Amino acid sequence: MPQSLDYLKETPSQTAGPYVHIGLAPGAAGFDIYGQELGWDIAGPNAQGERIRVEGLVIDGTGSPVKDVLLEAWQANAAGIYAHPEHAGAVEDGFRGWGRVITDFATGEWGFDTVKPGSVPGRNGTVQAPHINLWIVARGINVGLNTRLYFEDEAEANAADPVINMIEWENRRQTLIARRNETDGKVVYRFDIRLQGENETVFFDI
Amino acid sequence: MLKPGEFYQRDREWHPPAYDPNYKTSVARSPRQALISLENTVSEITGPVFGHGDIDAGDNDLIYNYAKPGESAIGERIILHGRVLDENGRPLPHTLVEIWQANAGGRYRHKKDTYLAPIDPNFGGCGRTLTDENGYYYFRTVKPGAYPWRNWVNNWRPAHIHMSIFGTAFAQRLITQCYFEGDPLIAKCPIVNTIPDPAAIDRLIAPLDLNATIPLDTIAYKFDVVLRGRRSTLFENRLEGN
Ligand SMILES: [Fe+2]
Repeated sequence: MPQSLDYLKETPSQTAGPYVHIGLAPGAAGFDIYGQELGWDIAGPNAQGERIRVEGLVIDGTGSPVKDVLLEAWQANAAGIYAHPEHAGAVEDGFRGWGRVITDFATGEWGFDTVKPGSVPGRNGTVQAPHINLWIVARGINVGLNTRLYFEDEAEANAADPVINMIEWENRRQTLIARRNETDGKVVYRFDIRLQGENETVFFDI
Repeated sequence: MLKPGEFYQRDREWHPPAYDPNYKTSVARSPRQALISLENTVSEITGPVFGHGDIDAGDNDLIYNYAKPGESAIGERIILHGRVLDENGRPLPHTLVEIWQANAGGRYRHKKDTYLAPIDPNFGGCGRTLTDENGYYYFRTVKPGAYPWRNWVNNWRPAHIHMSIFGTAFAQRLITQCYFEGDPLIAKCPIVNTIPDPAAIDRLIAPLDLNATIPLDTIAYKFDVVLRGRRSTLFENRLEGN
Protein backbone atom coordinates (compact mmCIF):
# COMPACT_ATOMS: atom_id res chain seq x y z
CA MET A 1 0.00 0.00 0.00
CA PRO A 2 1.32 3.45 -0.85
CA GLN A 3 1.17 6.18 1.74
CA SER A 4 -2.25 7.72 2.12
CA LEU A 5 -2.93 11.27 1.06
CA ASP A 6 -4.21 13.21 4.02
CA TYR A 7 -6.69 15.45 2.25
CA LEU A 8 -10.15 15.79 3.74
CA LYS A 9 -13.27 15.42 1.62
CA GLU A 10 -15.57 18.39 1.17
CA THR A 11 -18.75 18.19 3.25
CA PRO A 12 -21.53 16.96 0.95
CA SER A 13 -24.19 19.45 -0.05
CA GLN A 14 -27.86 19.12 0.86
CA THR A 15 -30.82 21.08 -0.42
CA ALA A 16 -31.58 24.41 1.26
CA GLY A 17 -35.18 23.21 1.57
CA PRO A 18 -38.39 25.23 1.62
CA TYR A 19 -37.57 27.11 4.82
CA VAL A 20 -34.23 28.62 3.79
CA HIS A 21 -35.72 32.04 4.56
CA ILE A 22 -35.73 31.33 8.28
CA GLY A 23 -31.97 31.11 8.29
CA LEU A 24 -30.96 33.54 5.59
CA ALA A 25 -33.87 35.98 5.30
CA PRO A 26 -35.99 35.62 8.46
CA GLY A 27 -38.02 38.75 7.72
CA ALA A 28 -39.41 36.97 4.67
CA ALA A 29 -40.25 33.91 6.77
CA GLY A 30 -42.44 36.23 8.85
CA PHE A 31 -40.42 37.28 11.87
CA ASP A 32 -37.93 39.86 12.97
CA ILE A 33 -34.97 38.54 14.93
CA TYR A 34 -31.65 40.05 13.87
CA GLY A 35 -30.40 43.56 14.35
CA GLN A 36 -29.48 43.51 10.69
CA GLU A 37 -30.19 40.93 7.99
CA LEU A 38 -27.38 40.27 5.56
CA GLY A 39 -27.24 40.80 1.83
CA TRP A 40 -29.25 44.01 1.32
CA ASP A 41 -26.21 46.28 0.83
CA ILE A 42 -24.52 45.02 -2.32
CA ALA A 43 -23.84 48.59 -3.46
CA GLY A 44 -24.50 51.37 -0.96
CA PRO A 45 -25.31 54.98 -1.86
CA ASN A 46 -21.62 55.81 -2.12
CA ALA A 47 -20.85 53.09 -4.67
CA GLN A 48 -19.64 54.44 -8.01
CA GLY A 49 -20.96 53.61 -11.44
CA GLU A 50 -24.19 53.23 -13.30
CA ARG A 51 -27.17 52.41 -11.07
CA ILE A 52 -29.04 49.40 -12.35
CA ARG A 53 -31.73 46.99 -11.30
CA VAL A 54 -31.47 43.30 -12.07
CA GLU A 55 -34.58 41.16 -12.01
CA GLY A 56 -36.11 37.98 -13.29
CA LEU A 57 -37.78 34.68 -12.64
CA VAL A 58 -36.43 31.24 -11.94
CA ILE A 59 -38.43 28.81 -14.07
CA ASP A 60 -38.60 25.05 -13.59
CA GLY A 61 -38.82 22.26 -16.14
CA THR A 62 -42.62 22.51 -16.32
CA GLY A 63 -42.41 26.21 -17.22
CA SER A 64 -43.60 27.36 -13.79
CA PRO A 65 -41.91 30.07 -11.76
CA VAL A 66 -40.11 28.75 -8.70
CA LYS A 67 -41.31 30.67 -5.67
CA ASP A 68 -38.97 29.54 -2.94
CA VAL A 69 -35.55 30.34 -4.37
CA LEU A 70 -32.74 32.20 -2.67
CA LEU A 71 -30.11 33.82 -4.89
CA GLU A 72 -26.77 35.28 -3.95
CA ALA A 73 -24.91 37.69 -6.19
CA TRP A 74 -21.17 38.40 -6.22
CA GLN A 75 -19.77 41.13 -8.41
CA ALA A 76 -16.90 43.54 -8.93
CA ASN A 77 -17.36 47.30 -8.64
CA ALA A 78 -17.61 49.62 -11.63
CA ALA A 79 -13.81 49.68 -11.87
CA GLY A 80 -13.65 45.88 -12.04
CA ILE A 81 -12.38 45.28 -8.50
CA TYR A 82 -13.82 42.71 -6.10
CA ALA A 83 -14.13 43.69 -2.44
CA HIS A 84 -11.73 40.97 -1.35
CA PRO A 85 -8.12 40.98 -0.12
CA GLU A 86 -6.95 38.72 -2.95
CA HIS A 87 -7.95 41.17 -5.63
CA ALA A 88 -5.36 43.93 -5.91
CA GLY A 89 -6.86 47.35 -5.42
CA ALA A 90 -9.37 48.85 -3.06
CA VAL A 91 -13.06 49.38 -3.58
CA GLU A 92 -14.87 52.53 -2.50
CA ASP A 93 -16.51 52.65 0.94
CA GLY A 94 -20.03 51.34 0.72
CA PHE A 95 -19.38 48.91 -2.10
CA ARG A 96 -19.70 45.34 -0.90
CA GLY A 97 -20.40 43.41 -4.06
CA TRP A 98 -22.39 40.68 -2.35
CA GLY A 99 -26.14 40.50 -2.20
CA ARG A 100 -28.83 38.06 -1.24
CA VAL A 101 -32.38 38.05 -2.54
CA ILE A 102 -35.39 35.75 -2.47
CA THR A 103 -38.15 35.16 -4.96
CA ASP A 104 -41.61 36.53 -4.18
CA PHE A 105 -43.84 33.85 -2.63
CA ALA A 106 -46.76 34.77 -4.91
CA THR A 107 -45.11 35.59 -8.24
CA GLY A 108 -41.59 34.14 -8.15
CA GLU A 109 -40.10 37.49 -9.19
CA TRP A 110 -36.74 38.46 -7.72
CA GLY A 111 -34.72 41.62 -8.13
CA PHE A 112 -32.06 43.81 -6.59
CA ASP A 113 -30.54 47.24 -7.10
CA THR A 114 -26.83 47.54 -7.63
CA VAL A 115 -24.22 49.18 -9.83
CA LYS A 116 -23.06 47.78 -13.12
CA PRO A 117 -19.72 45.99 -12.66
CA GLY A 118 -16.66 46.67 -14.78
CA SER A 119 -14.57 44.18 -16.72
CA VAL A 120 -12.33 41.97 -14.59
CA PRO A 121 -9.11 40.14 -15.40
CA GLY A 122 -9.38 36.64 -16.80
CA ARG A 123 -6.80 33.87 -16.87
CA ASN A 124 -3.57 34.24 -18.79
CA GLY A 125 -3.91 37.89 -19.63
CA THR A 126 -7.46 37.76 -20.95
CA VAL A 127 -10.24 40.12 -19.96
CA GLN A 128 -13.65 39.00 -18.73
CA ALA A 129 -16.67 41.00 -19.79
CA PRO A 130 -18.66 42.67 -16.99
CA HIS A 131 -20.69 40.03 -15.19
CA ILE A 132 -22.46 39.19 -11.96
CA ASN A 133 -21.85 35.76 -10.45
CA LEU A 134 -25.03 34.11 -9.20
CA TRP A 135 -25.58 31.20 -6.83
CA ILE A 136 -29.04 29.66 -6.67
CA VAL A 137 -30.43 27.42 -3.94
CA ALA A 138 -33.92 26.12 -3.26
CA ARG A 139 -35.95 23.12 -2.27
CA GLY A 140 -35.26 20.47 -4.90
CA ILE A 141 -31.80 21.84 -5.77
CA ASN A 142 -29.33 19.41 -4.23
CA VAL A 143 -26.17 21.41 -4.89
CA GLY A 144 -26.30 25.19 -5.31
CA LEU A 145 -26.25 26.20 -8.99
CA ASN A 146 -23.66 28.68 -10.28
CA THR A 147 -24.29 30.86 -13.27
CA ARG A 148 -23.23 34.26 -14.59
CA LEU A 149 -25.23 37.25 -15.73
CA TYR A 150 -23.71 39.24 -18.60
CA PHE A 151 -25.06 42.48 -20.08
CA GLU A 152 -26.74 42.86 -23.47
CA ASP A 153 -25.16 46.26 -24.12
CA GLU A 154 -21.62 44.86 -23.73
CA ALA A 155 -21.74 42.97 -27.02
CA GLU A 156 -18.11 43.61 -27.90
CA ALA A 157 -16.79 42.55 -24.50
CA ASN A 158 -19.11 39.56 -24.43
CA ALA A 159 -17.85 38.42 -27.81
CA ALA A 160 -14.31 38.35 -26.40
CA ASP A 161 -15.20 36.86 -23.03
CA PRO A 162 -13.22 33.66 -22.40
CA VAL A 163 -15.96 32.06 -20.33
CA ILE A 164 -18.77 32.71 -22.80
CA ASN A 165 -16.54 31.47 -25.58
CA MET A 166 -15.85 28.25 -23.75
CA ILE A 167 -19.48 27.25 -24.13
CA GLU A 168 -19.36 24.95 -27.11
CA TRP A 169 -23.00 25.41 -28.08
CA GLU A 170 -23.24 28.95 -29.37
CA ASN A 171 -27.03 28.93 -29.13
CA ARG A 172 -26.80 28.41 -25.37
CA ARG A 173 -24.62 31.46 -24.78
CA GLN A 174 -27.56 33.84 -24.97
CA THR A 175 -29.02 32.26 -21.80
CA LEU A 176 -26.38 34.26 -19.90
CA ILE A 177 -27.21 37.66 -21.42
CA ALA A 178 -29.51 39.96 -19.46
CA ARG A 179 -31.80 42.17 -21.58
CA ARG A 180 -31.57 45.90 -20.96
CA ASN A 181 -34.70 48.03 -20.59
CA GLU A 182 -34.90 51.69 -19.73
CA THR A 183 -38.11 53.06 -18.33
CA ASP A 184 -38.42 56.53 -16.79
CA GLY A 185 -34.64 56.79 -16.77
CA LYS A 186 -34.29 53.64 -14.68
CA VAL A 187 -32.13 50.88 -16.11
CA VAL A 188 -33.48 47.38 -15.56
CA TYR A 189 -31.81 44.20 -16.75
CA ARG A 190 -34.07 41.20 -17.18
CA PHE A 191 -32.51 37.82 -16.45
CA ASP A 192 -34.80 34.80 -16.35
CA ILE A 193 -33.14 31.59 -15.24
CA ARG A 194 -34.43 28.32 -16.72
CA LEU A 195 -33.50 25.37 -14.58
CA GLN A 196 -34.43 22.77 -17.15
CA GLY A 197 -35.76 22.20 -20.65
CA GLU A 198 -35.89 24.50 -23.62
CA ASN A 199 -33.33 27.32 -23.36
CA GLU A 200 -31.99 25.85 -20.14
CA THR A 201 -29.62 28.36 -18.57
CA VAL A 202 -25.94 27.50 -18.67
CA PHE A 203 -24.75 26.48 -15.22
CA PHE A 204 -21.12 26.19 -14.30
CA ASP A 205 -19.05 23.85 -12.24
CA ILE A 206 -16.70 26.40 -10.75
CA MET B 1 7.03 31.89 -2.33
CA LEU B 2 3.92 29.72 -2.16
CA LYS B 3 0.80 31.42 -3.35
CA PRO B 4 -2.76 30.19 -3.09
CA GLY B 5 -4.09 29.09 -6.45
CA GLU B 6 -7.10 27.31 -7.84
CA PHE B 7 -9.52 25.36 -5.73
CA TYR B 8 -9.51 21.62 -6.06
CA GLN B 9 -12.23 20.47 -8.37
CA ARG B 10 -15.48 19.62 -6.65
CA ASP B 11 -16.10 15.86 -6.53
CA ARG B 12 -19.48 15.61 -8.21
CA GLU B 13 -19.75 11.89 -7.44
CA TRP B 14 -19.50 12.65 -3.74
CA HIS B 15 -22.20 15.32 -3.80
CA PRO B 16 -25.78 14.42 -4.61
CA PRO B 17 -26.73 14.51 -8.30
CA ALA B 18 -29.14 17.26 -9.36
CA TYR B 19 -31.78 14.73 -10.41
CA ASP B 20 -33.07 12.10 -8.01
CA PRO B 21 -36.61 10.79 -8.64
CA ASN B 22 -36.97 9.69 -5.01
CA TYR B 23 -36.69 13.34 -4.00
CA LYS B 24 -39.55 14.44 -6.20
CA THR B 25 -39.01 18.19 -6.08
CA SER B 26 -35.63 17.69 -7.74
CA VAL B 27 -37.24 16.24 -10.86
CA ALA B 28 -38.40 19.54 -12.41
CA ARG B 29 -35.65 21.63 -10.78
CA SER B 30 -32.61 19.75 -12.03
CA PRO B 31 -30.68 20.92 -15.07
CA ARG B 32 -30.52 18.29 -17.79
CA GLN B 33 -27.50 19.72 -19.57
CA ALA B 34 -24.03 19.05 -18.25
CA LEU B 35 -22.45 21.75 -16.12
CA ILE B 36 -19.80 23.77 -17.95
CA SER B 37 -16.51 23.28 -16.13
CA LEU B 38 -14.83 26.58 -15.43
CA GLU B 39 -11.22 27.03 -14.42
CA ASN B 40 -11.06 29.47 -11.52
CA THR B 41 -10.73 33.16 -12.22
CA VAL B 42 -10.73 36.07 -9.84
CA SER B 43 -14.54 35.87 -9.87
CA GLU B 44 -14.44 32.46 -8.21
CA ILE B 45 -11.45 32.78 -5.84
CA THR B 46 -12.89 35.87 -4.19
CA GLY B 47 -16.04 36.11 -2.10
CA PRO B 48 -17.78 38.25 0.49
CA VAL B 49 -16.02 39.14 3.72
CA PHE B 50 -17.95 39.38 6.98
CA GLY B 51 -17.00 40.89 10.29
CA HIS B 52 -18.31 41.30 13.80
CA GLY B 53 -20.10 44.44 12.67
CA ASP B 54 -22.42 42.25 10.61
CA ILE B 55 -23.80 40.18 13.48
CA ASP B 56 -24.58 40.46 17.19
CA ALA B 57 -22.96 38.53 20.01
CA GLY B 58 -26.11 36.65 21.00
CA ASP B 59 -27.01 35.55 17.48
CA ASN B 60 -25.56 32.08 18.09
CA ASP B 61 -27.79 31.31 21.09
CA LEU B 62 -31.09 30.02 19.72
CA ILE B 63 -32.41 29.19 23.19
CA TYR B 64 -32.51 32.89 24.01
CA ASN B 65 -32.19 34.91 20.77
CA TYR B 66 -35.95 35.00 20.24
CA ALA B 67 -37.15 34.38 23.79
CA LYS B 68 -39.03 36.86 25.91
CA PRO B 69 -37.03 38.24 28.83
CA GLY B 70 -36.76 35.57 31.54
CA GLU B 71 -38.02 32.80 29.27
CA SER B 72 -36.32 30.31 26.95
CA ALA B 73 -37.04 27.89 24.14
CA ILE B 74 -38.57 24.52 25.01
CA GLY B 75 -36.70 21.32 24.18
CA GLU B 76 -33.60 19.28 24.75
CA ARG B 77 -30.81 21.81 25.29
CA ILE B 78 -27.86 21.14 23.00
CA ILE B 79 -24.55 22.66 22.00
CA LEU B 80 -23.68 22.23 18.33
CA HIS B 81 -20.03 22.94 17.83
CA GLY B 82 -17.10 22.12 15.60
CA ARG B 83 -14.59 23.52 13.18
CA VAL B 84 -14.70 24.74 9.63
CA LEU B 85 -11.69 23.37 7.74
CA ASP B 86 -10.62 23.17 4.13
CA GLU B 87 -9.67 20.00 2.28
CA ASN B 88 -6.05 20.58 3.26
CA GLY B 89 -7.09 20.36 6.91
CA ARG B 90 -6.47 24.05 7.51
CA PRO B 91 -8.95 25.90 9.73
CA LEU B 92 -10.99 28.68 8.14
CA PRO B 93 -11.04 31.60 10.58
CA HIS B 94 -13.64 34.38 10.68
CA THR B 95 -16.01 32.69 8.27
CA LEU B 96 -19.76 33.12 8.52
CA VAL B 97 -21.86 30.13 9.60
CA GLU B 98 -25.65 30.46 9.56
CA ILE B 99 -28.11 27.82 10.76
CA TRP B 100 -31.86 27.29 10.76
CA GLN B 101 -34.05 24.54 12.14
CA ALA B 102 -37.47 23.40 13.32
CA ASN B 103 -38.36 23.68 16.99
CA ALA B 104 -38.35 20.72 19.39
CA GLY B 105 -41.75 19.63 18.07
CA GLY B 106 -40.64 19.65 14.44
CA ARG B 107 -42.40 22.92 13.51
CA TYR B 108 -40.75 25.76 11.63
CA ARG B 109 -41.46 29.41 12.28
CA HIS B 110 -42.36 30.05 8.66
CA LYS B 111 -45.55 31.21 7.04
CA LYS B 112 -45.43 28.22 4.69
CA ASP B 113 -45.17 25.59 7.44
CA THR B 114 -48.60 24.25 8.42
CA TYR B 115 -47.57 21.16 10.40
CA LEU B 116 -49.89 20.66 13.38
CA ALA B 117 -47.09 20.70 15.96
CA PRO B 118 -47.18 24.02 17.83
CA ILE B 119 -44.98 27.06 17.37
CA ASP B 120 -42.81 27.72 20.41
CA PRO B 121 -43.34 31.41 21.24
CA ASN B 122 -39.78 31.62 22.53
CA PHE B 123 -38.03 30.00 19.60
CA GLY B 124 -37.18 31.70 16.31
CA GLY B 125 -35.13 28.93 14.78
CA CYS B 126 -32.12 30.69 13.28
CA GLY B 127 -28.63 31.60 14.40
CA ARG B 128 -25.35 32.82 12.98
CA THR B 129 -21.76 33.22 14.06
CA LEU B 130 -18.24 33.75 12.79
CA THR B 131 -15.61 31.08 13.34
CA ASP B 132 -12.77 32.14 15.64
CA GLU B 133 -9.10 32.31 14.62
CA ASN B 134 -8.92 28.48 14.85
CA GLY B 135 -11.95 27.92 12.64
CA TYR B 136 -14.05 26.98 15.68
CA TYR B 137 -17.75 27.77 16.03
CA TYR B 138 -20.52 26.94 18.46
CA PHE B 139 -24.26 27.37 18.80
CA ARG B 140 -26.58 26.74 21.71
CA THR B 141 -30.02 25.57 20.68
CA VAL B 142 -32.66 22.90 21.25
CA LYS B 143 -32.60 19.62 19.40
CA PRO B 144 -35.07 19.90 16.52
CA GLY B 145 -37.91 17.43 16.19
CA ALA B 146 -38.56 15.14 13.23
CA TYR B 147 -41.34 16.29 10.92
CA PRO B 148 -43.43 14.88 8.08
CA TRP B 149 -43.14 16.22 4.54
CA ARG B 150 -44.90 15.66 1.26
CA ASN B 151 -42.87 13.42 -0.99
CA TRP B 152 -44.11 9.86 -0.88
CA VAL B 153 -47.21 9.55 1.31
CA ASN B 154 -45.33 8.85 4.51
CA ASN B 155 -41.94 10.55 4.64
CA TRP B 156 -40.39 12.01 7.79
CA ARG B 157 -37.30 14.14 7.96
CA PRO B 158 -34.80 13.03 10.56
CA ALA B 159 -33.94 15.69 13.14
CA HIS B 160 -31.64 18.10 11.34
CA ILE B 161 -30.14 21.56 11.39
CA HIS B 162 -29.63 23.40 8.09
CA MET B 163 -26.24 25.07 7.76
CA SER B 164 -24.87 27.68 5.37
CA ILE B 165 -21.10 28.31 5.22
CA PHE B 166 -19.09 30.83 3.18
CA GLY B 167 -15.33 30.27 3.38
CA THR B 168 -13.19 32.87 1.65
CA ALA B 169 -14.31 32.35 -1.95
CA PHE B 170 -17.53 32.14 -3.92
CA ALA B 171 -16.24 28.74 -5.12
CA GLN B 172 -16.51 27.42 -1.56
CA ARG B 173 -20.12 28.41 -0.94
CA LEU B 174 -22.01 25.53 0.63
CA ILE B 175 -25.35 24.69 2.19
CA THR B 176 -25.81 21.38 3.94
CA GLN B 177 -27.72 19.70 6.76
CA CYS B 178 -26.47 18.27 10.05
CA TYR B 179 -28.09 15.09 11.40
CA PHE B 180 -27.73 13.48 14.82
CA GLU B 181 -26.09 10.19 15.70
CA GLY B 182 -28.48 7.32 16.31
CA ASP B 183 -31.53 8.65 14.49
CA PRO B 184 -33.30 5.77 12.68
CA LEU B 185 -34.94 8.20 10.24
CA ILE B 186 -31.59 9.12 8.63
CA ALA B 187 -31.38 5.89 6.64
CA LYS B 188 -34.98 6.28 5.45
CA CYS B 189 -34.83 9.89 4.27
CA PRO B 190 -35.01 10.51 0.49
CA ILE B 191 -33.15 13.81 0.90
CA VAL B 192 -30.30 12.19 2.83
CA ASN B 193 -30.27 9.42 0.26
CA THR B 194 -29.74 11.79 -2.64
CA ILE B 195 -26.10 11.36 -1.55
CA PRO B 196 -24.91 8.18 -3.23
CA ASP B 197 -21.95 7.24 -1.04
CA PRO B 198 -22.71 6.01 2.52
CA ALA B 199 -19.33 7.37 3.62
CA ALA B 200 -20.44 10.82 2.49
CA ILE B 201 -23.71 10.52 4.42
CA ASP B 202 -21.75 9.65 7.56
CA ARG B 203 -20.00 12.98 7.22
CA LEU B 204 -23.32 14.73 7.88
CA ILE B 205 -24.03 12.90 11.13
CA ALA B 206 -22.93 14.73 14.26
CA PRO B 207 -21.76 12.40 17.04
CA LEU B 208 -22.71 12.89 20.65
CA ASP B 209 -19.79 14.71 22.27
CA LEU B 210 -19.96 13.94 25.98
CA ASN B 211 -16.70 15.77 26.66
CA ALA B 212 -18.27 19.01 25.51
CA THR B 213 -21.52 18.64 27.41
CA ILE B 214 -22.13 20.91 30.34
CA PRO B 215 -23.04 18.57 33.24
CA LEU B 216 -26.61 19.02 34.51
CA ASP B 217 -27.19 21.66 31.84
CA THR B 218 -26.63 21.02 28.09
CA ILE B 219 -25.73 18.02 25.94
CA ALA B 220 -23.31 18.46 23.03
CA TYR B 221 -22.92 17.29 19.43
CA LYS B 222 -19.84 17.86 17.28
CA PHE B 223 -20.11 18.83 13.63
CA ASP B 224 -17.05 19.66 11.57
CA VAL B 225 -17.49 21.17 8.13
CA VAL B 226 -14.98 20.86 5.31
CA LEU B 227 -14.96 23.37 2.47
CA ARG B 228 -13.01 23.07 -0.74
CA GLY B 229 -9.25 23.41 -0.46
CA ARG B 230 -6.91 25.01 -2.95
CA ARG B 231 -3.56 24.28 -4.36
CA SER B 232 -0.47 26.22 -3.44
CA THR B 233 1.78 26.93 -6.32
CA LEU B 234 5.46 27.64 -6.48
CA PHE B 235 4.89 29.17 -9.85
CA GLU B 236 3.61 32.50 -10.85
CA ASN B 237 -0.05 32.85 -9.96
CA ARG B 238 -1.60 33.52 -13.33
CA LEU B 239 -5.23 33.49 -12.29
CA GLU B 240 -5.37 37.19 -12.87
CA GLY B 241 -3.03 37.05 -15.80
CA ASN B 242 -0.54 39.58 -14.49
FE1 LIG C 1 -35.62 21.19 7.32
